[in-house]
Amino acid sequence: MKSLRFLLPLGLFAVLVGFLWVGLSRDPHEVPSPLVDKPAPAFSLAQLNDPGKKLGPADLKGQVWLLNVWASWCVSCRVEHPLLVQLAKANIVPVIGLNYKDTLALGRAWLADNGDPYKTSVVDADGRVGIDWGVYGVPETFVVDKNGVIRYKQIGPITPESLQQKILPLVRELQKS
Amino acid sequence: MKRILAAAGLAVSLFFVSAVSHAQPDAALDARLKSLFEELRCLVCQNQTLADSSAPLAEDLRREVRELAQQGKTDAEIKQYLVARYGDFVLYKPPVKPTTWLLWFGPFAFLLGGGLVWFIVLRRRGRVGSDIDPTQAANRDSDQGGNARARALLDESNNS
Repeated sequence: MKSLRFLLPLGLFAVLVGFLWVGLSRDPHEVPSPLVDKPAPAFSLAQLNDPGKKLGPADLKGQVWLLNVWASWCVSCRVEHPLLVQLAKANIVPVIGLNYKDTLALGRAWLADNGDPYKTSVVDADGRVGIDWGVYGVPETFVVDKNGVIRYKQIGPITPESLQQKILPLVRELQKS
Repeated sequence: MKRILAAAGLAVSLFFVSAVSHAQPDAALDARLKSLFEELRCLVCQNQTLADSSAPLAEDLRREVRELAQQGKTDAEIKQYLVARYGDFVLYKPPVKPTTWLLWFGPFAFLLGGGLVWFIVLRRRGRVGSDIDPTQAANRDSDQGGNARARALLDESNNS
């Protein structure tokens, strides 16, 4: 009974430390998306390099693909861009760009300057498709499976770690199934 | 001082007059949207409501919510629309469900636990108190004996 008197507060303290340890080490800017494991929201948007042609998730059924949300005004997009260019060269998985709240001229100029890793980019000038996809911090990257279901969402720039440890293993697994 | 206050009051009321004259005709919708915006979180600046935030995304979401309201959607439907896209985090008041039970009922559990500890401590202290009482009673007895002796001594000295 006497030992309980000392162990109980110690135990409560340990629980508190546990909660704070996990809670404070999380990035509050990474809000888990409710869209993971849900069908990708439909859209049909004009392509950046050929505005006459439209593209949407329905056209990409039957293959695994990435949707990368980017903009010419987005600073951290520059951080992840070389990785995307590398990924495109490796030709593992098609990456569709969603040019978010940008202008045609600025978007095209940005790709001309930094390289175009996208199979194609579609234009979401007013950000409505972004809202449908739950976009709140550019860049964001979604992995969509063969059935058009979102399987993973990366918030913020892709890092070499997230690419090697999360995105590419998932893509390979999804391509097999 | 009074003059300064009067001037400040005038300035404030003028400000409101101009604000009202700039308001849109559909005041009922605006009032409804305002209270709705105050219950929704801006995903970019997370400690601000949609009403407070001037982030581009907040502007887009306000536009979206306004359009949904104009289409005749209820507040609950609009919230559901946003939750489906951004998760419960967009709601300033989290819904009550198994994953948020700890959040909603945790404080009451702590209150109950604290009350229990308080009760136990009080009861134990009461018991300890009753253990002490007999000795205090004995002390009092001995004191009374002392008093009697003192009185006797006093009487002796008075008599002499």
